[in-house]
Amino acid sequence: MTACSQDRNVLAAYLDGELPAAQEKSLQEHLRGCPECAAEIAAQVSLRRAMKLAATRFAPSADFRRKLQAQIAPKRSVGLRWLWPAAVATLAVMLLAVVWTRQSTLSSQAFREVADLHISDLASANPYDVVSSDRHTVKPWFQGKIPFAFNVPEFAGSEFTLLGGRLVYLHQQPAAQLMVGAGRHKISVLIAQQGSGLGSGLPFFGGVAVRDSFNVETWEKNGLRFYVIGDAEQGAIHRLAQALQGVNGS
Amino acid sequence: MDRAFFEQLAMPLFDQLYNHACWLTGDRADAEDLVQETYAKSLKGFGSFAEGTNLRAWMFRILRNAFLNSRSGLKQKTDYLEDEETGADQAVSHEVTPEALFLACESQEAIFSALERLPVAHREIILLCDVDEMSYREIAQVLDIPAGTVMSRLARARTNLRASLGAKEAVR
Repeated sequence: MTACSQDRNVLAAYLDGELPAAQEKSLQEHLRGCPECAAEIAAQVSLRRAMKLAATRFAPSADFRRKLQAQIAPKRSVGLRWLWPAAVATLAVMLLAVVWTRQSTLSSQAFREVADLHISDLASANPYDVVSSDRHTVKPWFQGKIPFAFNVPEFAGSEFTLLGGRLVYLHQQPAAQLMVGAGRHKISVLIAQQGSGLGSGLPFFGGVAVRDSFNVETWEKNGLRFYVIGDAEQGAIHRLAQALQGVNGS
Repeated sequence: MDRAFFEQLAMPLFDQLYNHACWLTGDRADAEDLVQETYAKSLKGFGSFAEGTNLRAWMFRILRNAFLNSRSGLKQKTDYLEDEETGADQAVSHEVTPEALFLACESQEAIFSALERLPVAHREIILLCDVDEMSYREIAQVLDIPAGTVMSRLARARTNLRASLGAKEAVR
């Protein structure tokens, strides 16, 4: 029992620093002369000191901290995780683009060469080494001049007319060029051995493509690369290609 | 930008909020749920949070409301209502002398278990004041009560704690 009538909770509020200034001042004066209150204050202070340990009694686990941090982390770090698949995808696309560009550069080089041959043929006053509409004349003419053999389809009765042939060089290799008339259009058929670097970017079986305003169809068969190029309509190019495929098939 | 700012302000309160949640619930899993909910709600409401106001009091209040609405909080809710009225333990507490209090402070376990035995309303206000060192004004914000009520509830809580510390000898 305390002899002093001072309210313990006022002493607590004093320690909390929450007493009004006037009350604080008068209490301080009282404390100077009251051993009971001084003892009470000391006891309360020691209780508070002991209570401070309650502040660190429960520490969050590192796992939970990480989890919470991830929960509130700014979107950018969340975005970074998303960025990985995106980066991989971007790289893949770039790689594809590089490969595709390389391929298409190769194939457009090949096509340009073919187109040049066709144009030079159109421009030439004397375009043919062998002038004949007879396939049995044209085909044997190439024997011994080119290191491969091919068949010429029978054009009699078709929309096409064989105009002639000549020996050309395509991708630094000897190649056979046949000129085929289709109405008023001239179509070049180029046949070379597959295997030069330029040919590798080309499709094995392609539909008719448009290159430099020419229609072109190309394919590869039994080690030979065929090109059919001309300003005739796409259907005509395709039909001629089919005729060539028919006699140079499997 | 807002999120980064929130993280910067709110993460330093993490340990404190977690410890407080553990004291409230008495269970680590429940405390984790509470803290997570508190951060989620604070982040959501951070846009409306006025800079310069007390973020700590604001987050403690969100934590407290989350606790009161949680399963473990609902069980203790009745405590809040009952305890305001009763002036129990007053007599016992007067018999706990400063000397006895000194002795009780020797044992950390005695203090922790006395705190745990307190009704949650008393435990929380003592923790806010003595452990988290909040001013009465801050406590009033957290508990959403007038400053005068803080003082009276704190007085009752301390009396109760003291009785609990003194009664420990008698009980064991």
